[in-house]
Amino acid sequence: MISIKNLKVDLGSFLLRDINLDIEPGEYFITLGPTGAGKTVLLEAIAGLYPVLDGEIWIDGREITRLNSEKRGIGIVYQDQALFPHLSIEENIAFGLRMKKYPKREIKAKIDDMAEVVGISHLLKRSPVTLSGGEKQRVALARALVTEPKVLLLDEPLSALDPETRERMQGELKETHRRVKVTIIHVTHDFEEAIALGHRVAVLNEGRIAQVGTPEEILRHPSSEFVARFALSRNIFTGWAGDGFVDIGGVKLRAITELKDEVRLSLRPEDILISKEPLQSTARNSFQGVVSDIADRGSVVYVTVSLPPDFICLVTRQSFEELQLKKGGRVWITFKASAIHVF
Amino acid sequence: MSKTNLWRKPDTMSIVFIVLAALILLFIFAPPLKTVFSSSPGMLWSTLLQEDVYSSILLTISAALIATLIGLFLGVPLAYLLARHQFRGKGFLEAIIDVPIVIPHSAAGVALLFVFGSNFLLGKIFHSIGIDFFGAFAGVVIAMMFVSVPFLIDSAKEGFKGVDVRLEKVARTLGASSWKSFFRISLPLARRSIFSGSVMMWARGISEFGAILILAYHVPFLGHNPVVAPILVADRFNYGLEYARPVAALVILISLIVFIVLRTMAYRGEKA
Repeated sequence: MISIKNLKVDLGSFLLRDINLDIEPGEYFITLGPTGAGKTVLLEAIAGLYPVLDGEIWIDGREITRLNSEKRGIGIVYQDQALFPHLSIEENIAFGLRMKKYPKREIKAKIDDMAEVVGISHLLKRSPVTLSGGEKQRVALARALVTEPKVLLLDEPLSALDPETRERMQGELKETHRRVKVTIIHVTHDFEEAIALGHRVAVLNEGRIAQVGTPEEILRHPSSEFVARFALSRNIFTGWAGDGFVDIGGVKLRAITELKDEVRLSLRPEDILISKEPLQSTARNSFQGVVSDIADRGSVVYVTVSLPPDFICLVTRQSFEELQLKKGGRVWITFKASAIHVF
Repeated sequence: MSKTNLWRKPDTMSIVFIVLAALILLFIFAPPLKTVFSSSPGMLWSTLLQEDVYSSILLTISAALIATLIGLFLGVPLAYLLARHQFRGKGFLEAIIDVPIVIPHSAAGVALLFVFGSNFLLGKIFHSIGIDFFGAFAGVVIAMMFVSVPFLIDSAKEGFKGVDVRLEKVARTLGASSWKSFFRISLPLARRSIFSGSVMMWARGISEFGAILILAYHVPFLGHNPVVAPILVADRFNYGLEYARPVAALVILISLIVFIVLRTMAYRGEKA
C-alpha cells in the first residue's frame, strides 16, 4: 500500500501541495490533469527524484520520504521511454539487475522471462535506436518490471505513440498489469485513457488534487467545474436550484438535488437524446431547440442545440445520418433528471 | 530545411560565398603547408634528431598530455555540475571559466607566478611536497592547463547537456547510485564531447607560448634542458628564417598528424 500524506514539493515557480493519497496494492491508479498540473513532479517525488519539502511517503508500512531513489524499489517509464542509447535492448533490461548484483545466470533467465511477458524476445540484441515507438515502450516496461518493483510509475507512457499503437499498447498495459499484478501509478492528460485503464483516478490541477474517485465517479459526479470540464462534460451551467428544479436562464431542468440557491450543474453530451419529435420516455427533461452547430469527429458527431442556452449533444454517425440533422433544423432534446449532476 | 548539394546549380549568393570560403581556407592552409613542403624529408629527419629539437617536442607533447589529463580529472566534474544544476552566480562562473581565453597569455604567466611561485601560498604548499613550478616541468603543465582547460570544460558541459536527464533518473530508480549513474550513463553518453574537448585542450596546450615563457622557459626534462616547441621556433628565428623553418615545419607536421588522427577518432565516434 502506498500512502502519501500532506505532500509538498517546491519547484520555485510551482508548488505541489496538500497531496493525500492511499493507493491499494495491485491497484492501477491514474493521475490525470492538464499540462503543468504537477503530475510528473508528483511521480518523480514518489520516485525520490525530487526533494520533498514537507509531508510523508509510505510504501508497505515503511516511510521512504527521504530515502535515496535507488533504494525505494520503484520503477519508472517515461513518455519517450528513455532507453539507454549506448546499450543494447538486453543490456537495457539487464541494467537494473546488474545494479542489484544478481548472478549472471539469473540475469539471463529473468531477461528471457520478462522479454516473453512483454513480447520482445526477438529484439534483445537490437539497439534502441532501431526500434519503433511501441517496441521501445515494451522494452521500457520490461526494464522497469524485471527488477520487480513495489510500484511502477508510468509518465504519459502512451502520449508519444500514434493512435493505433496507443490503442494496442493500452490493451497490452492492461494485460501486463493483470499478469504482473504490480501497483501502477499512471500519469496522463488523456481522460479517455484514464477511463480505459484506471481502477481509480486522481484529478490534479495547479499542484493540488481536485478529486479522487473511480472513473465512474469522476465521469458522473465531478466535484468542481474544472473536473467536469476535464472529464469532457461539455454542458456546464450556473443556475438556481429549488423544489427539484434548476433554473438555467429561464429553462427549468428537473434534477435530483438537495442543494438550493445558486448552483453549478453538469450534463454529459452522451446522456442527451436528440429526436425530430418529442420522445415518449421516462426522462423528465424534454425541450425543443434549434441545431446551431455541428462538429464532425468521424465515428461520432457533436451537435449543439440552442434553446437557448446551448446544449452539446453526442450522437453516433449512424444516428446523425438517420435523423438528417442540419444547422437551423428544429429538434427535441431529452435527458433524465438523474443525468444532471448538481454541485 | 534539408541540405542541398552545393555544386548542383549554385545561385549567385552561393558562388560569392564559395569564393569567400576559398579565400579563408587558403589563408588557413597556405602558411602551414608552405612551411612543411619547403623543407625536404631529409632535412626534417635530421632536424628531428637534434637533441634540443626532439627533447623540446617530447616535452611539449607530454606536458600538454598531462595538462589534459589533469584537466579531465578536475574539469569534467565542473562541466557536469554546470550542465545539470542551477545556482546563484552560475552565469558569472561560466564567464570566469572562459577568462583564460581572453587575457594575454604573458599576463597569465605572471598571474600564475603570483599564485604558484615559491614565495606564494600555493607555491609553498606544493614545494612542501616536492613540486616546484618556476623553471620546472610542472610549470609548463600548469601554464598549458590554465590557457587551454576552458576548451575542455565548455565542450564537456555541452556534452552533458545533451544527455537526457531522464536517463539518469531511470538509472537511479533501477538501483544505480548517483556515482554509478554518472559513470554508466552520463559519462559514456558525453564521452564524444569530452574527447573532442580534450583534443582541443591538448592542441591549444602544445601551442602555448606566452605563459610558459614567463613561468618555465628552460626546464629540466629527460636529462636535457629544453624549451617547449613554440619557444624553440622563436629562439631559432632569432638566428634567421632559414634556421627556424625546419623546426617550425616539424612542429607543424607532428601537431597536424596528432590533431588530425584524434579529431578523426572523435568524428568517427560522433557518427557511430
